[in-house]
Amino acid sequence: MGAASLIVLIIAAVAFSTIAILIAKVVTKSTTNKQKGEAIECGIPTKGPSWIQFNVGYYLFALIFLIFDVELVFLYPWAVAVKQTGWMALIEIVIFFFILFAGFLYAHKKGALKWV
Amino acid sequence: MWSFSEIAKNIDLWLNDLVGSTWALVLEMVIAGVAVIGLFAALGLVLVIMERKVAAWIQIRLGPNRVGPKGMFQSMADTVKLLVKEGMTPDGADRLLFNVAPFIAMIVAMLLMAPIAFAKDFQLWDMNIGVLYITAVSSLSVIGILMAGWASNNKYSLLGAMRSGAQIVSYELSGGLAILAVVVLTGSISLTDIIKAQENGWWIFKGHIPVIIAFIIYIIAVTAETNRAPFDLAEAESELTAGFHTEYSGMKFALFFLAEYINVFIVCAIGATLFFGGWMPLHIGNWQAFNHIMDYIPSSVWFFGKTFFLIFLIMWFRWTFPRLRIDQLLNLEWKYLLPISMINLLLVTLIAILGWHF
Repeated sequence: MGAASLIVLIIAAVAFSTIAILIAKVVTKSTTNKQKGEAIECGIPTKGPSWIQFNVGYYLFALIFLIFDVELVFLYPWAVAVKQTGWMALIEIVIFFFILFAGFLYAHKKGALKWV
Repeated sequence: MWSFSEIAKNIDLWLNDLVGSTWALVLEMVIAGVAVIGLFAALGLVLVIMERKVAAWIQIRLGPNRVGPKGMFQSMADTVKLLVKEGMTPDGADRLLFNVAPFIAMIVAMLLMAPIAFAKDFQLWDMNIGVLYITAVSSLSVIGILMAGWASNNKYSLLGAMRSGAQIVSYELSGGLAILAVVVLTGSISLTDIIKAQENGWWIFKGHIPVIIAFIIYIIAVTAETNRAPFDLAEAESELTAGFHTEYSGMKFALFFLAEYINVFIVCAIGATLFFGGWMPLHIGNWQAFNHIMDYIPSSVWFFGKTFFLIFLIMWFRWTFPRLRIDQLLNLEWKYLLPISMINLLLVTLIAILGWHF
């Protein structure tokens, strides 16, 4: 059906979710009180906000991921062409991986891959 | 012979006769939309009951057995129950992001349906960059999860979302490298070409041990990407109540739940397409008679059979392996899976260049 199918799919997803939520809104009865609106903390009263400073470890992994993800995108055109290009492609990718691996080892040595 | 592509072609011809080409296109789009929604809902119901039945079977108990024959309508009853539950927004939450997040999850899951070949010549969009499209879109799912977790203003949700984000982006790398193994062997990133290339045998049989290693890495990576046990840190019940959807209730929760199961289906469908030939029947080299007999089984049966086998495999993992800790999880990816899949990709390239595969 071509690229139009993406628009159809987005509309279908939005329509399905909206209809489901609207039906639920019509058939349910809503009440409000102070305790009900609190964030759940397994029974005890909620203490303090949740939007606070957070463990940096997660962001470090996201940064390293960024480098490797760009590398992965570079690999796609290479992977399609490798059968026609032959040995040259293999040698080039070995060099590419070698440089990448050096960076990976550097990150490892700096302790970026250690969970803190 | 009965097939999906014939039906689609006949509907197309009939509509063109009936209302002219412009309206036929519009009507076809509506039909496609409704069909995908129907498939979505049906898959959700089937996968939930399958999950519970597989769990029961592995733990030697009966599982749901009250609603309908052998409890087969249990998930339908659950849907009705969720429909009459109040979908509330907590007072402290970011109302806009909180309510948009389930839509994002649904849209991403729905978009991934586009390039999947459900049967012979039967897919929504036969794009020539299918594999790249799937890698790109599937990594969007992390946005919905982070959004939900942050907007809830709940500590459990935030922790769950952060874990899930770190986990999904990490495992995407080795998953992508495992997919590339098949791309290298085929020399194309179109899913149709990849399926056609498996006409004389599936890649998992043709590609020697490196492809089997790639398949194992792929299955591990997608189990982690879909946040399923043993990598279900994002919603570890015993630590984080329900992870990023702790604050969600009613239909909004149901949408997350549905999107999660659809994601499991989609990654298994992709795995089946890349390594087991999608709708391609089991063909062995030039055993003409054998291949001909296998062709009698409809292609959609092959596709769904392989996909559900992989889904069963992933459900099996849940009751076999204990949950990992977050540092173990990241170690497994960065110190083992990523180097292994890089070296494995080089081996596959060597095989492809030397022409050692069948």
